[in-house]
Amino acid sequence: MVMEVEKISGLKFHKKQDVAIVGAGMTTFKRRLNETGRELSYMAVKQALEEAGMTLDDIEMVVMGSAPDTFDGLHMKGEYLLDGSGGSDRPYMRVFVGGGTGVFAPIAGYWHVASGLADICLVVCEEKMSSSYPHPQSAFKYIWDPILDRPLNPNLIWIFALEMRRYMHVHDIKHEDIALVSVKNKANALDHPCAQVAGKITVEDVLNSEPMALPVRRLDVSPPSDGAAALIMVAPHIARQVTDNPVWVTGVGWALDTTWWTNRDLYFPRYVAEAAKMAYRMAHITDPRKEIDVAEPYDPFDYKELHHMEGLGLAKKGEAPILTREGVTARDGDLPTCPSGGLLGVGNPIAATMGVKACELYWQLAYRAGKRQVAKEVTTGVCQAWGDLMQVGTVMVMSNKR
Amino acid sequence: MVAVVGVGYSGFNANTPDLSWKEIMYEAALRAYTDAGINPRRDVDSFVTCAEDIYEGFAIFDEFVPDQLGAVVKPTCTVCADFLYGIATAYMQIRSGLADIVAVEAHSKASDIQTFGNVVKFAMDPIWLRNVGNAHPYYLAALEMFQYMGERCLSEEDVARVVVKNKNNALLNTSAPYAANVTLDDVMASPKLFDPMKKMEIAPLADGCVVFVLASEEVAKELTDTPVWVKGVGWWSETYGYDTASFSAMYAYKAAKMAYKMADITNPVKEVDFAEVDDRFAFKEMQHIEALQLAGKFEVARLMAEGYFDRDGALPVNVSGGNLGVGNLLEATGGQKALEVVLQLRGEAGKRQLSDVKVGVAQAWRYLPANSGAVAVFGV
Repeated sequence: MVMEVEKISGLKFHKKQDVAIVGAGMTTFKRRLNETGRELSYMAVKQALEEAGMTLDDIEMVVMGSAPDTFDGLHMKGEYLLDGSGGSDRPYMRVFVGGGTGVFAPIAGYWHVASGLADICLVVCEEKMSSSYPHPQSAFKYIWDPILDRPLNPNLIWIFALEMRRYMHVHDIKHEDIALVSVKNKANALDHPCAQVAGKITVEDVLNSEPMALPVRRLDVSPPSDGAAALIMVAPHIARQVTDNPVWVTGVGWALDTTWWTNRDLYFPRYVAEAAKMAYRMAHITDPRKEIDVAEPYDPFDYKELHHMEGLGLAKKGEAPILTREGVTARDGDLPTCPSGGLLGVGNPIAATMGVKACELYWQLAYRAGKRQVAKEVTTGVCQAWGDLMQVGTVMVMSNKR
Repeated sequence: MVAVVGVGYSGFNANTPDLSWKEIMYEAALRAYTDAGINPRRDVDSFVTCAEDIYEGFAIFDEFVPDQLGAVVKPTCTVCADFLYGIATAYMQIRSGLADIVAVEAHSKASDIQTFGNVVKFAMDPIWLRNVGNAHPYYLAALEMFQYMGERCLSEEDVARVVVKNKNNALLNTSAPYAANVTLDDVMASPKLFDPMKKMEIAPLADGCVVFVLASEEVAKELTDTPVWVKGVGWWSETYGYDTASFSAMYAYKAAKMAYKMADITNPVKEVDFAEVDDRFAFKEMQHIEALQLAGKFEVARLMAEGYFDRDGALPVNVSGGNLGVGNLLEATGGQKALEVVLQLRGEAGKRQLSDVKVGVAQAWRYLPANSGAVAVFGV
């Protein structure tokens, strides 16, 4: 017999200790034939350790984030990446939520520290897509339900075209408005030393680029890349020792929607909305549009940035394209969005996009973003990633005030 | 403190032609939720699945998890590791206040895998190791066994005794498809597939699913009068390289150290009542017993021969039959270990129930070719 239990409503967030970020690093995103995934991880980790003024001996635990094994052509990829990422001779765990891993890995890092099990946790994300032959899309053949989806021979661009069209249809949005996101992000990426496809382009360039699966065109899409990124998350007493301006993780949230993407209305990412709700509740944020100063939503496609802004509550449903047109989301705007250049400008090595999401947000809030630093004063920001079959939302809120 | 408030499992069977992997997940989850007396849609804050893509035959297996667990639009994630890593994840989520109730799942549908050897081979370093000869990857375990036997001065009979003990233990376990009434002579007569490793010393593959419901202390006390506490968890990775590994189960030793420290256990031989250790190769049980500090370095073989680790011995190991009796459950291996420990501590282990047990240890290795593993200490 099932016993009825009165559940304590809401989460209590009775964490052991606060969690701060004190260092980050990332490699250039591009097709990297010379380095193995382990070497890429090593490069990112070295940079993060240097920024935090630490050595690998200081690291207590390691979290690895990496998306499908099929990209690298390896089973148990986490084990393979172990040595290069500093995971040997310590507790090491790989977490995975498809494309959402870029923000999920730091969430896992958060609970390693917040639970008190570790005081210093290194989070590493790596992806090497170029080893897929002829193209990483061929690895995506195996992400579909083998009975219902696979016989249709779908590919990812194809289903995102469905989602984009649905989004455009429901809110009556023109492709021109969506293309502005690509123009903005690729231009932002000109200031990013790791960028793969930065450029000064116009809306016409996007609209006239090669059709992939209409309405998606070449310049609506981010490129596959190789790369790695690393973050160092620590307990408050360590943060005090190593830096004067740590960035605190104030909220985390993640949610996974049903496998049956065909049965959902694709115009709104409810999984992102749920994840954001969880993170905002934890960070005591009630009005995200007002309280968030800078945002790094996931932008593998230009319409996705808009879609995710709405999911994150940074814009009302259908309002994100208007904010973009009005320049609110520009780097000198009121709500700078993807100041890094995002995936559209810097590149899209699935899990390693942590470098332009969680790492970028840290750099912005620590005022370490250099030429990319947003114009306005920043206190609180949000980063988000998305993945699986248009299914998972991972959200992290950070603040430079504890 | 974190407690196990519900367990459910499906299987374990040599093959499961009648059910898909989704159905065995559903079956185990339903049993675990019923056991805990909860409604997953309302009560569970977070779901953790332990799975590796290529064992499953998908590029992103995480996609196919939520529906059958009741996890749709809820915090759900995949940990690419053994079930015991999932327990560690749930433990951290509860301790960091992110969740009050967490469901952890791991399964094996090994019978869907056509060429298991090639899957394991696919985990090897593509440059240094994968193309060394055409042998089945079990040879790597055989090399390690050869070294271990040499270092510890073991005879072939010493290792064979593990098989005799475990397969006979499994006779009392209704969920152990590879149970058998075998003698030392039977094992010794088994062909040496990977010299010095005999066929019967390798755990065959099996299907099954394990789901646990874990809860914070406060919630656990509301849900049940008899919680089983997770006293400690530990996980550790050595190195991935075959040229740099210790070949002495250092991963298990360090993971156990971490878990014992958390559980305040200083003398495992005295404080641990029984253990379920990874025995996917018979010699691994001996190596792991040593790593868990349940016996001295050179004592394992002698104690094994004396019956110290038997069901009626002083420190029973693998009462369930272990992997040699139940089968190699891939990422659910640690799940079967933890399940046995919880059932024993609850007094629900049926015919194989041990008397007067308070603290049990479950340990799992990440299998070939990894040198990583996890340990969990449970107690009442």
